[in-house]
Amino acid sequence: MAMSSSSLALSELRDRIARLEGGSARRREVLPFGVPEIDRVLPGGGLALGALHEVAGGANGAVDAAAAALWAAGIVARMRGRVLWCVTRQDLFAPSLAQAGLPPGRVIFVEAGDEAAVLACFEEGLRHGGLGAVVAEVARLPMTSSRRLQLAAEVSGTLGIAIRRWRRQTEATDFGQPTAAVSRWRVSALSSRPLPVPGVGRPRWRLELLRVRAGESADFEVEAPDAKGRLALSADLADRSAAAQARRLGAVG
Amino acid sequence: MPASKAQVLVPGLVNLELEPAEDAAALDRLALWALRCAPIVAADPPDGLIIDTSGADHLHGGEAAMLTSLVARMEASGIAARAAVADSWGAAHAAARFLARPIAVIPRGQAADVMRDLPIRALRLPNSTVDGLHVLGFERIGDIEDTPKAPLTHRFGSVLLRRLDHAMGRAAEPFEPVRSPELIEVRRAFGEPIGAAETIARYTARLVDQLCAALDQQGLGARRLDLVFYRVDNRIEAIRVGTAAPVRETRRLTRLLTDRIETVDPGFGIELMTLTATLADPLRARQTISSLVEPEEPDISDLIDVIANRLGSSRLYRFAPVESDVPERSVKRVAPTAPDDGASWPGEWPRPSRLLSPPEPIDTMALLPDNPPVWFTWRGIRRRVARADGPERIFGEWWLREAETQSVRDYFRVEDEGGERFWIYRAGDGEDPATGSHKWFLHGIFA
Repeated sequence: MAMSSSSLALSELRDRIARLEGGSARRREVLPFGVPEIDRVLPGGGLALGALHEVAGGANGAVDAAAAALWAAGIVARMRGRVLWCVTRQDLFAPSLAQAGLPPGRVIFVEAGDEAAVLACFEEGLRHGGLGAVVAEVARLPMTSSRRLQLAAEVSGTLGIAIRRWRRQTEATDFGQPTAAVSRWRVSALSSRPLPVPGVGRPRWRLELLRVRAGESADFEVEAPDAKGRLALSADLADRSAAAQARRLGAVG
Repeated sequence: MPASKAQVLVPGLVNLELEPAEDAAALDRLALWALRCAPIVAADPPDGLIIDTSGADHLHGGEAAMLTSLVARMEASGIAARAAVADSWGAAHAAARFLARPIAVIPRGQAADVMRDLPIRALRLPNSTVDGLHVLGFERIGDIEDTPKAPLTHRFGSVLLRRLDHAMGRAAEPFEPVRSPELIEVRRAFGEPIGAAETIARYTARLVDQLCAALDQQGLGARRLDLVFYRVDNRIEAIRVGTAAPVRETRRLTRLLTDRIETVDPGFGIELMTLTATLADPLRARQTISSLVEPEEPDISDLIDVIANRLGSSRLYRFAPVESDVPERSVKRVAPTAPDDGASWPGEWPRPSRLLSPPEPIDTMALLPDNPPVWFTWRGIRRRVARADGPERIFGEWWLREAETQSVRDYFRVEDEGGERFWIYRAGDGEDPATGSHKWFLHGIFA
């Protein structure tokens, strides 16, 4: 009896907090990863749409953000609509985005030149509402800016992904500073899946969920996005790959 | 020199009657054409144009790029032009005639230093004054600048010092911009000068309203708008915005203009505002597609206009495939509104998500001809190669350049012991020195 009344009180409190947070008007929609192990730890069972998420690369990835960009491309590839991708200077190679399921016709790039202009374009894109998603590569993301971005994303329902990318690896400590983003991820390259012959197998990443609003942090070993932008859980050992394959198919179908 | 003497010196000399009135009319027509470049343009007889580029150069990719394209376009229509950008009309006038080869960009605040070295003729003075100064031994503008001014004014009148101040940017020099009577223009004069940003925004909205009504009557949509502010101190400020497609929507055009109000300096107040559609295209009502099968693609042209007007339209693009195997040539940039033909790159070969431009040289140890390196050093860090794929051989495009007839690149995808993956290549096939230098480069970073 006591249990049920306390859980009732808890759910009531949750509702009130949700109302305070302003998400009451619309049920939060999510984009599932299609990997049950990842979706299980995310509140709502997937990446919240109409919200700001941030991602950075681990180790050298903090500077080149190669894996982080491909992770973002894999997510926005599974969304509908056009994508605005804001950068300070361009070094993305579009064919690799196409290989992650994001065809060149869907992405509009903005080469803004400096950080302030990137943030302004990022916010403009999130506020517009006609885009499927907005991705921006920024080094600094102060609390005030991220709050503005998050509010803009909430109003329009557009997914925003901030790829944090620094000039030097030492500056990456900035990633510890709090922002208003709903979730924070880190993608680091792992050695690829071993092949029975010499060569480089399917790339694998350590995907760390460092922080998520109303959820626990976790980390996973995943395989890089396929041609449709879907991640797959890494098979730890070569002889378990068949099982992993089955799991992934189950998640997709 | 009399014409008869010139004819003796140069056989077959063509003689033409001087027609000042027609020259002036042609110069006015050229000034109207130059409105494509910036909103405030005036003819500067007998042989010049004045263009106030403030607030317009970023739309052309910077001042130097704007001048280059302007001179190239003039040249294409048979006019040998020289152009210069400087802080003031006087300085630009002098630089265009005495410095430009064929363009000159004088950085902000340096006009005074540059002007000192120019001859006195650059000051737009009457010939008699120039001769008089030469007689006194003045050759450069700097000479006058270093001399006490009162005796000079006594001798040559106030025009000398006024021109000097114009050239040095110390005195303002207003001019009357050209307007074409065919352009759709609305204006608003104020009894009491206005200056607050909110007030300017309010009247901008009203002007846009009137302009849209005028455009509607003619079935046109604006492609380019010039909002010009006439200040009480006779200076002119302007905002120019462009759109990717004809627009007649009040809200959108107001938004584009008010976005840039902060760039306008109202000074002591603005007494007249004019809004002109300098470029307008036919705009007809179009039926929206209502498909039951799939939702309509949302219109984002307004977003594109907002960003393009803020940063310049060259900063906004999509990538499109080019049929080339050379990685850096396989992508091109197209306008964001260009039609999407659904083309993509062939997807069999893994491609890195970051491409270094230019490729960075690396130190390696590798077995020739076709083994991947055992280790390589990039940016001072030595990495052992744990796994590798390759080579993927890419041949030079001999049909484009003679030098690429034999060149070869062998690409390898390598993974170091830490799990980071890179795209490296060797210039050359590993056997024949004619195919390349056999140096190694790092070209991309895989995810």
